[in-house]
Amino acid sequence: MSASVSAIPMDIAETSAPAVQIGDLHKNFGGLEVLKGLTFDVVEGQVVSILGSSGSGKSTLLRCINFLEAPSSGTITIGGETVRTKVGKTGDLVPADIGQLNRLRTSVGMVFQNFNLWSHKTVLENVMEGPVFVQGRPEAECREEAGEFLAKVGIYDKCDAYPAHLSGGQQQRAAIARVLAMHPAVMLFDEPTSALDPELVGEVLKVMRALADEGRTMLVVTHEMGFAREVSNRVIFLEKGTIEEDGSPEDVFGASKSERFRKFIAG
Amino acid sequence: MTGASFFDLMNFGPNGWGWALITAAGVTVMVALAGFSLGAVIGTFGAWAKISGRGPIRVAAEVYTTVLRGIPDLLVIFLFYFGGSLALTAVYKFFGGEGFVSFPGFTAGALAIGFTSGAQHTEVFRGAYGAISQGEIEAAKATGMSRMLLFRRIIMPLLLRYALPGLGNVWQVVLKESALVSVTGLVELVRQAQLGAGSTREPFSFFLAAAILFLVITFVSNRVFRFSEAYFSRGVRGTR
Amino acid sequence: MIDFAFMYEALIRLVGGVPLTLQLSLIASAFGVIFAVTAALMQLSDSRVLRAIADAYVFVIRGTPLLVQIFLIYYGMGQFDFIRHSFLWALLREPYWCAIFALMFNTGAYGSQIVRGGLLSVPKGQIEAARSCGMPTVMIYRRIILPLAIRQALPAYGNEIILLTKATSLASIITMMEITGVAAKMIAETYRVVEVFLVAGGLYLLINFVLSRGVAMLERRLMRHTRTDSSTRSVQRRAA
Repeated sequence: MSASVSAIPMDIAETSAPAVQIGDLHKNFGGLEVLKGLTFDVVEGQVVSILGSSGSGKSTLLRCINFLEAPSSGTITIGGETVRTKVGKTGDLVPADIGQLNRLRTSVGMVFQNFNLWSHKTVLENVMEGPVFVQGRPEAECREEAGEFLAKVGIYDKCDAYPAHLSGGQQQRAAIARVLAMHPAVMLFDEPTSALDPELVGEVLKVMRALADEGRTMLVVTHEMGFAREVSNRVIFLEKGTIEEDGSPEDVFGASKSERFRKFIAG
Repeated sequence: MTGASFFDLMNFGPNGWGWALITAAGVTVMVALAGFSLGAVIGTFGAWAKISGRGPIRVAAEVYTTVLRGIPDLLVIFLFYFGGSLALTAVYKFFGGEGFVSFPGFTAGALAIGFTSGAQHTEVFRGAYGAISQGEIEAAKATGMSRMLLFRRIIMPLLLRYALPGLGNVWQVVLKESALVSVTGLVELVRQAQLGAGSTREPFSFFLAAAILFLVITFVSNRVFRFSEAYFSRGVRGTR
Repeated sequence: MIDFAFMYEALIRLVGGVPLTLQLSLIASAFGVIFAVTAALMQLSDSRVLRAIADAYVFVIRGTPLLVQIFLIYYGMGQFDFIRHSFLWALLREPYWCAIFALMFNTGAYGSQIVRGGLLSVPKGQIEAARSCGMPTVMIYRRIILPLAIRQALPAYGNEIILLTKATSLASIITMMEITGVAAKMIAETYRVVEVFLVAGGLYLLINFVLSRGVAMLERRLMRHTRTDSSTRSVQRRAA
C-alpha cells in the first residue's frame, strides 16, 4: 500500500473531526475477497473521489458504509459512533441494533447510480418522505424546505411530476435533493453520472460541485476524472480491494508512482 | 317464452321475482367478497412463505398452490360443506343432540372460496413482489427507514400497484366460483334462479336473469378495479 | 383415523368415473378449439359485425359462471316448444350432450383469447416477407402465421385444457357420474368426506399431471422441428 496519510490536506485534517472512520474493512462474496482490509478516515468537509477499475470494490466500499452490503469484518464509525454489529448466519456482519443503524443512516445520505426514486411518489413527495416519516418533522416545514432544495438543484418546476416523467439528469438531481432534505453529515455518491446520457452528465456534476463548494462531506465513486481532479480535495484509488493511492488530486494525478494508476487514467 | 312473460316474471311488484333475485345477487357478492378477503389473507402468508420462508414452510406453500390449482373447486366446496357438517354433528352429538346438523352454506362457501383463491392470491402477490425494483427498497433503507415504515410507505403501495391487475382476475374467478356455493343450498343468485325456475316452469327466463345479473356485477367490478388501478399506477409512464 | 381399506374401495369406484371425465374434457376441447380459432379470427377481422359478434360471445361467456351456462342449456332450452319439437331435442335432453355443449362454448371463449394472443405475437416482418414473395393470404395463414401462432399459444392452451378438465366436475350437478359425481354420491352414502376428497383430488391431480406432461412433450416436438433444421444445416456445412 503506497498510501500516505500526509497527503490529506493539512488544514482540513487538523481542524475537523472525522465524519466517517473505516477500520480494517473486509468483504467477501463467496470465496472472492472484494475488500481486503481497508482503513481510512474521512474528515468533515472532505470531498473524496474514489476511483478504480470495475471490480476494484469501490461501489462495495460505499455500500458497506451504510450497511446496504454486510461487511465480512471491520468497523464503520459515523460521526464518532461505531455501528454495533454481530456475526450473522452467513458469516458476514449484521447490525446488532437495527434502531441504531437506522438512526445513523439518517445522517448518511446516498445517491444511487440508478436514482432509485420511489416511482409511486411525486418528486416533492420523494423529497419529503424521509424528513416527515423517518425523522418525524412537521410536514409544512418539510414541504417548504423540500421546495428550497428542489429549487437549489434546479427542478422546482418538476415538484408535482412523477419520476417516470423526468429525464435521467432531472431524476438524479431530485435524488440529490431527497438526500439533502435529511440534512446528512455525509453524502455518498455511487457512480451518480454513469447511467446518464452524456449530454445530461454536466447538469448533475454542476450540482455536485456546488455542494462541494459549500463544504459538505462527500464520498464519490466516479469515473469522471475532471470531477476528481478539480472538485475533490482527496483522491483514493482502489485496486483489487486495497488502497493503491490516497492523496490530494495534485499529488495523485501529478506524481503518482503507481504503474496501475497511470495505466488507469490513460484509459 | 315471450318478451312479455320475461318482464312479467322479473318485475318488482308483489308477484315479481325482481327483489328476490336482487337480494340473491347481494348474497352472491357477499359470499364472493368474504371468500376473496380470506383468500387475500391466505395469499399474503403464501407469498411470504414462498419468498422468504424456510425449507418446510416453502415446500408446504408450493404443495398448497400446486394441489389447489389441480383440484376442482366443486370438490373443495363439498369438502368444506360436508366436512363442516360432520364436525358440527359430532359436536352436537357430544352435547347430547341427535340427528344431522348441516353447516351454514355461507360459511362453507366463503371458506372454500378463500381456500381455493388463496392459491391464486399467493401467485399474484409473489409476482407483484418480484416486480418491485430493489433499488427503491435500498433507497428507503439508506434513508434509515425501519422495516415497518419501509413496508407501509414503500413496499405496500408498490405491491398493490403490481398486484391489482392480477387481483382483478382473481376476483372475476371468485365471483363465478360463488355460483357453485348453490350446491350447499345457500340462496345466492343461481340457487334463487333454480327456485324461481322450479315454481314457474320458466327455467330459461330465470337463468337468463341470473346470467344478466352476473354480467352486471362483472361489469361494475371491472370498473372499480380499473379505477383503483389508475389510482395506484400514478407515476407510471403514460398515466397521470 | 383415515381408513385405508375404505380409501381403496373409494379408489375403485372413483376410477370408474375417470373415463367420463376424460370424454367430457377431450370432446369439449376438440370442438372448443374450433370455436376458439373462429372467434379469434373474427375478433381480428376487418368486419365490424364479425368483431362485435365475437366480442359479445367472449364477454358473455367470460362474464357468467359455467354453472349458469350449463343450466341455461340443460334446463333452459326445454322452455321453448320449437326446440322440443326439433331434431336438436334428442341431444339437448341428454345431460351428457348439454354438458359437452356448455363446456365447448366455455372453453371456446377462453381459448379464443389465447389463440388471439398467439396470432398477434407473429412478427409483422415475417408476414410481410411472405407477402413480398407473393403468397396468397390463405397460404400465409396456413404456412406462416398458424404454425408460429400455435407454437406461441401452446403452453397457455395446455393450461386451458387443464382448467377445462377441472370444470368438467360441474357436469355432476346435472347428474353426470364422472369423478366428482361419483364422489358426491359416495359422500352422501358414507359421510366419509376426507377420504373421498383425498382420492378424488388425487385422481384429478394425476390427470392434470399427465395432461401437462403431454403438452410439454408436444411443445418439445414442435421445437425439435426447428432444432432439426439448424442441425441439418450444420451437417451440410460440415459435409461441404
